[in-house]
Amino acid sequence: MSTSTSVPAGDAPAGVDKERRNAIALAATVGGAGAVALAVPFVASFAPSERAKAAGAPVEFDVGGMAPGEMKTVEWRGLPVWVLRRTPEMLQSIRKVDGEVADPKSQRTQYPTPEYAQNEFRSRKPEYLVAVGICTHLGCSPAGPFGSNQNSQLGADQGFLCPCHGSTFDLAGRVFKNKPAPDNLPVPPHKYLSDTLILIGDDSNA
Amino acid sequence: MAEYKTPYAGIAGWFDQRMPTVMAEYRKHLSEYYAPKNFNIWYIFGGLAITVLAIQIITGIFLVMNYKPDANLAFASVEYIMRDVPGGWFIRYMHSTGASFFFIVVYLHMFRGLMYGSYRAPRELVWIFGCLIFLCLMGEAFFGYLLPWGQMSYWGAQVIVNLFGAIPLIGPDLAVFIRGDYVIGDATLNRFFAFHVIAIPLVLIGLVVAHILALHDVGSNNPDGIEIKKNLDANGKPLDGIPFHPYYTVHDIFWLTIFLMVFFFVVFFAPEMGGYFLEWNNFIPADSLTTPSHIAPVWYFTPFYSILRATTEQFMVVLAIGTIALSALILLTVRSPIVRGAIAVGTLVLLLGYFTLDAKFWGVVLMGASVMIFIALPWLDHSPAKSMRYRPTWHFWLLITWVVAFVVLGYFGTQPPSAAGQYISMIGTVIYFGFFALMPWWSRMGTFKPVPDRVTFHPH
Repeated sequence: MSTSTSVPAGDAPAGVDKERRNAIALAATVGGAGAVALAVPFVASFAPSERAKAAGAPVEFDVGGMAPGEMKTVEWRGLPVWVLRRTPEMLQSIRKVDGEVADPKSQRTQYPTPEYAQNEFRSRKPEYLVAVGICTHLGCSPAGPFGSNQNSQLGADQGFLCPCHGSTFDLAGRVFKNKPAPDNLPVPPHKYLSDTLILIGDDSNA
Repeated sequence: MAEYKTPYAGIAGWFDQRMPTVMAEYRKHLSEYYAPKNFNIWYIFGGLAITVLAIQIITGIFLVMNYKPDANLAFASVEYIMRDVPGGWFIRYMHSTGASFFFIVVYLHMFRGLMYGSYRAPRELVWIFGCLIFLCLMGEAFFGYLLPWGQMSYWGAQVIVNLFGAIPLIGPDLAVFIRGDYVIGDATLNRFFAFHVIAIPLVLIGLVVAHILALHDVGSNNPDGIEIKKNLDANGKPLDGIPFHPYYTVHDIFWLTIFLMVFFFVVFFAPEMGGYFLEWNNFIPADSLTTPSHIAPVWYFTPFYSILRATTEQFMVVLAIGTIALSALILLTVRSPIVRGAIAVGTLVLLLGYFTLDAKFWGVVLMGASVMIFIALPWLDHSPAKSMRYRPTWHFWLLITWVVAFVVLGYFGTQPPSAAGQYISMIGTVIYFGFFALMPWWSRMGTFKPVPDRVTFHPH
């Protein structure tokens, strides 16, 4: 015990019982750890449920009936997946803007482009673009495809325009330079089951 | 009990004998809370904000009785409230109009604070609680906006949740964690419902209580920005103060009736307010495959949203120049070696970050900073006079310039992206942040007018 006797009114005595203080510290530490442990199940409940995780089965899509220049939207994992049958003129428009897009060879890794799509047209077959139609900026679905001079934001270029923040993409889903979106549109894992049948969501053994 | 003799008669006396807290609090916060006698019309908005909060809570309780937080049922249940529930349309329009009016009232309330220096010592805590209320209000509005499950609900939530995805490393996982799914879905709707109807309102009410208690401890500021507690009468009451009740209760009730006339005019005749209070696209059910051709947040979020949109790679150069200029200014004017060292290191880290991390991430940072920066105001403002009345006239016009930038940013936030809008938003963003960042310097400059000892008051 300390010998000091000058105790301010209403305060505890100046002397400190070390043993009691250690006991309080220990109890508070154990209690605090318990409280933190208790938070785990609550925080963990925010993660996707087993049902949500199971909802991502691959989907098939037949491109056989598509006209040149036509685009169809397929739902996979709740996302819009675009399948665009590109005409030779559309492919030409992609080649033309190699210098104007931010990542022409799709080398960025934030939304990794599958190896088989790391080419100029970002596809297994140049004729068919398969891409997730969700802008890599903040997740809106771009509008399009627009032809040359059909959209003021794209000007003479062909491609897509995201209505939310104005990012523009060419017909291979490559983002133009100096736009809010940092990455090209993601290419989902996919493979051809036959000449025209595409499996979206699975690219194993292909 | 026998010891205490109540001075009150009747019911008040009965209560006071048994629970003296009630009458003590009534005196402390109403009948003997001395407010400056020179309040003007700018002082009605705090009371109005409480009224709108009450409207939101009461209408909200009744909406929950018929609303279904389920992705398959939500949109239809809102239409059911609008068409089939007796008086349902009235309750819902009060709630949706109340949301917009809440922000109108709170923005005017905050402007009053900026004009008269209400955030200055000793009212820093009042101001900080107020800023936290504003944050909660934004959260409340955002979570609530998903509930009707229309196209704007869906894509608005998609954009805002994806903001968190811009955080390096943990971002994408964090966004999944917030949604509870890989896309905005039923899980997201359910948890947003829980936040909107119980979690945030509880915090909000607690903060409102803290805001008022902190205010009543230090006393209200006034248009002259001087402390009425400095001039007390023989009984220790402020000479320039009058009891809140009955003087300001009557004053506030008068303005409340005028406010309610305007409020109900909107509820009855223009609840959609030309697409600003209720956006057209939100009358279309949510569709996860198509974004509407023009999406924008509700008007009260658009100034901050414009700042987000203005931050492109191009703007990073402006941001870098601004950061360098600000740190040069600090290095030239601040003597403390610790501050100088910290600023030098901080600047280098920021500059490195500007050009290594995506502009998208910095857009999110700037948008967050534009909301949070208000908290720093008490420490940014070094003006010798609190109120604009006694500050150099150009200080007032600087504040008005900032307000104009805020409104212009808000306007372009409602518009589809365009090149001109982009550049104007960049200029607006520079003004918005420049106002705060340079405040420690400009707020000391100029010729200040003498601050009177007593408040300016002309009896009617």
